[in-house]
Amino acid sequence: MSASPQTPGIVAGRLSSSRIAENFADIAPPLTGHEALVAADRCYFCYDAPCATACPTSIDIPMFIRQIATGTPESAAMTIFEQNILGGMCARVCPTETLCEEVCVREVAEGKPVEIGRLQRYATDILMAEDGHPFERAASTGRRVAVVGAGPAGLACAHRLAMLGHDVVIYDARPKGGGLNEFGIAAYKAVGGFAQKELDWLLGIGGITVEYGRALGPDLSVDGLKAEFDAVFLGMGLGGVNELGLDGSDRVGVRRAVDFIAELRQAEDLAALPVGRRVVVVGGGMTAVDAAVQSKLLGAEEVTIAYRRGADRLSASGHEQEHAKNSGVRIVTNAVPVAIRGNGRLEAVTFGYTADGPDGLRETGDTFDLVADQLLVAIGQTASGLPEGLAMDGGKIAVTGAGRTSIDSVWAGGDCAAGGEDLTVTAVAEGRDAAMDIHAGLTG
Amino acid sequence: MADLRTDFVGIKSPNPFWLASAPPTDKEYNVRRAFEAGWGGVVWKTLGYDPHIVNVNGPRYGAIWGADRRLLGLNNIELITDRPLQVNLDEITAVKRDYPDRAVVVSLMVPCDEESWKGILPAVEATGADGIELNFGCPHGMSERGMGAAVGQVPEYIEMVARWCKASTRMPVIVKLTPNITDIRKPARAAKAGGADAVSLINTISSITSVNLDTFSPEPSIDGKGSHGGYCGPAVKPIALNMVAEIARDPETAGMPISGIGGITTWRDAAEFIALGSGSVQVCTAAMTYGFRVVQEMISGLNQWMDEQGHARLADFQGRAVPNVTDWQYLNLNHVAKAKINQDLCISCGRCYAACEDTSHQAIGMSADRVFEVIDAECVACNLCVNVCPVENCITMETMPAGATDPRTGRVVSGEYANWTTHPNNPMATAAE
Ligand SMILES: Cc1cc2nc3c(=O)[nH]c(=O)nc-3n(C[C@H](O)[C@H](O)[C@H](O)COP(=O)(O)OP(=O)(O)OC[C@H]3O[C@@H](n4cnc5c(N)ncnc54)[C@H](O)[C@@H]3O)c2cc1C
Ligand SMILES: Cc1cc2nc3c(=O)[nH]c(=O)nc-3n(C[C@H](O)[C@H](O)[C@H](O)COP(=O)(O)O)c2cc1C
Ligand code: SF4
Repeated sequence: MSASPQTPGIVAGRLSSSRIAENFADIAPPLTGHEALVAADRCYFCYDAPCATACPTSIDIPMFIRQIATGTPESAAMTIFEQNILGGMCARVCPTETLCEEVCVREVAEGKPVEIGRLQRYATDILMAEDGHPFERAASTGRRVAVVGAGPAGLACAHRLAMLGHDVVIYDARPKGGGLNEFGIAAYKAVGGFAQKELDWLLGIGGITVEYGRALGPDLSVDGLKAEFDAVFLGMGLGGVNELGLDGSDRVGVRRAVDFIAELRQAEDLAALPVGRRVVVVGGGMTAVDAAVQSKLLGAEEVTIAYRRGADRLSASGHEQEHAKNSGVRIVTNAVPVAIRGNGRLEAVTFGYTADGPDGLRETGDTFDLVADQLLVAIGQTASGLPEGLAMDGGKIAVTGAGRTSIDSVWAGGDCAAGGEDLTVTAVAEGRDAAMDIHAGLTG
Repeated sequence: MADLRTDFVGIKSPNPFWLASAPPTDKEYNVRRAFEAGWGGVVWKTLGYDPHIVNVNGPRYGAIWGADRRLLGLNNIELITDRPLQVNLDEITAVKRDYPDRAVVVSLMVPCDEESWKGILPAVEATGADGIELNFGCPHGMSERGMGAAVGQVPEYIEMVARWCKASTRMPVIVKLTPNITDIRKPARAAKAGGADAVSLINTISSITSVNLDTFSPEPSIDGKGSHGGYCGPAVKPIALNMVAEIARDPETAGMPISGIGGITTWRDAAEFIALGSGSVQVCTAAMTYGFRVVQEMISGLNQWMDEQGHARLADFQGRAVPNVTDWQYLNLNHVAKAKINQDLCISCGRCYAACEDTSHQAIGMSADRVFEVIDAECVACNLCVNVCPVENCITMETMPAGATDPRTGRVVSGEYANWTTHPNNPMATAAE
């Protein structure tokens, strides 16, 4: 291919296929057996361990690490899966530096935590490579539950319900399951089609039917589901995005970052995926970082993240910011886009400088331009397409207890429900806990 | 899931993991929490007559550590329980009532006369406890008063006390042996002769863990002085396994139930004790180092291994290693092996080279670019390189097949078994039949 990072416009094939393959290889390759033993040996088996408390799914981390250390990684994996059936994906995508590993006593003592995420991956990989599914279903209860959304929240909920003997039907609007595991997570975090493999493995419990291309809204209604099922769980994630609200947002080259990422995740051949020469990403979270880094890895010459507040307010963790910088992404803070320039096609973005003041963020009046042929907007996702009649809280479904909504027999969890961080592991915890609550209601 | 249920001389427990008589079992609060964590049974901290003994009011423990300050050996100068007898008996009664499925054994140590031993048994029986363990092991303090190891070192006393107890109680009697003795078979035989139902071993080993070079006091130091504390923890496991095996294969005591104790820290340690004949295992230091939850790894690990091996219950492998413990003279001298270094796993530290070159048989070659390879013509298969290598399974012992020529001796490896008793160099050799 003739394109290079310097080729103007949005084009494919800026890098050779082999470079692309290198760039998108597993970012944290699996530990070897020797590495795992050395890493496991460092765990102190702390009492009431801070790591386990920091894990939203409360995995018994010291126990699973001890099980690795004593040569039983399969038992270690069971310790993980009993709490978090998506422990394989979480081992790959959890921001451990702000969860378990942040509070590891060895992080405090030496600045080097036990490598909990990688050890979790070591154990779960071993058990998942075995034939069959490690859990058995309880005797059938004859109860049926509908789950809307086959993302982490819906899958965790469905698996737990199936294990307890209920029959589950999952409805997902998309043609494929996994939610953002399949369409959102950075490609180098879950290589080798792991999201689909994990989904198939999870469904191995039995008792779960998935219907793809079935959306709540046009196709299905909560009332209809309530009539047909004993309980309903909503795990629909965040279908909408915040828009910039500037003129010119329809120019060629302006796009939602999540759409760009979803296309990237589904691309058969990444070398055939077009990317700009100069890419500007607006936002300050995980989505912004992932869009920027992956643009760079596809061969963009210059990638800039522009965030409207100060560096201390970036929601991307220090580790992710470091990762972006190491990948060659520039991060500009205190800059808010004020105009999209170009004639039909994006040519530049004008930013206004901002300052945090007593009355909130204000523009200083000074501006600058960033030349760009691609602008990716990552300023937050919002709930959309939620059923009528649900009490809301800050734009998300209001819940009490383990995901109970304002409608009887309807639970919600994951990104679409209020409370908790928007993380895979939080979605898993909320789905699982809602399942336990549903179960208690159905059998109590 | 394998069946871990245990029946040890009629004492039943849901798994073979018991807490040994020691601080973890010296009060109701501890034992309840231990049972909640999953322990199958406890041997209550040793009881004695009132007035109860006292402990030192300074440090009781000393220790040695491995890399990363991992606790490898613990020593202590603690005595038996320092609480009134009735307090302990009441607590034992309450715990046994609430946990009928768990093993509750009561450890005892009283002066070495018939009246003392017979006198305490009815009160213990009244607690509902499942059995008693006679503590003839404590190597410090109590032995100065003619109890503990002072009794355990005299087989005649062991036999006598065991007989008194058997005659006076319906409860099974377990004799806990001290390792501070030359030949462990003697006290075990004495226990059997006295009618004891089982032995448990080992108690702690007399030790001094370190000397403070500023004060010249042994550690742990009480006001500048120390004593001969009892040693336990991972470091003592090989000594304990050896003694368990000696009793298991001694024709006079073979088949006598054994509760294995000493350095058990993981499921694997426990499985090894059971393979050498133990019917239950007891743990102290691992619980004291890591807390009661450590039993959960022991249970899951033993379960997994038994499932993988197809052992449905403990009896399926209990004692399986005993016939393989033999005298040196019966080892097969025609078994020839060579060390082999896996170059993919080797990290080129050179520890194997230092060990072999400096202290063994100069059987490892080192190239200018730090590739280490075994020279088969020199290797005697001593295993030292395997043991000093930091990478598990990087260096292995490969058996030479029959018919191959050993490049060290130039001899063809025989497929026949031949031992020292028939070896030509043995002046006492008997002709092979
Ligand atoms: C780009 C990006 C990167 C991320 N990276 C990380 C990361 O590295 N680590 C991390 O922990 N988290 C990360 N997250 C967040 C994480 O992916 C989410 O928190 C998590 O996926 C939420 O799970 P969920 O099940 O609530 O929703 P989703 O994963 O969004 O799943 C919702 C599912 O519901 C379906 N659905 C939606 N509407 C309907 C409807 N009306 N009818 C039927 N089905 C419907 C969707 O098709 C989807 O399958 C990232 C998010 C994004 C966007
Ligand atoms: C602090 C301490 C106190 C002990 N007290 C007793 C006791 O009262 N009675 C007894 O029979 N053994 C006692 N022991 C010995 C233990 O029961 C056990 O035999 C020994 O520690 C070996 O097991 P381990 O390596 O698992 O610790 C004690 C051990 C320790 C560490
Ligand atoms: S463990 Fe420490 S705090 Fe507790 S009694 Fe002993 S010396 Fe005191």
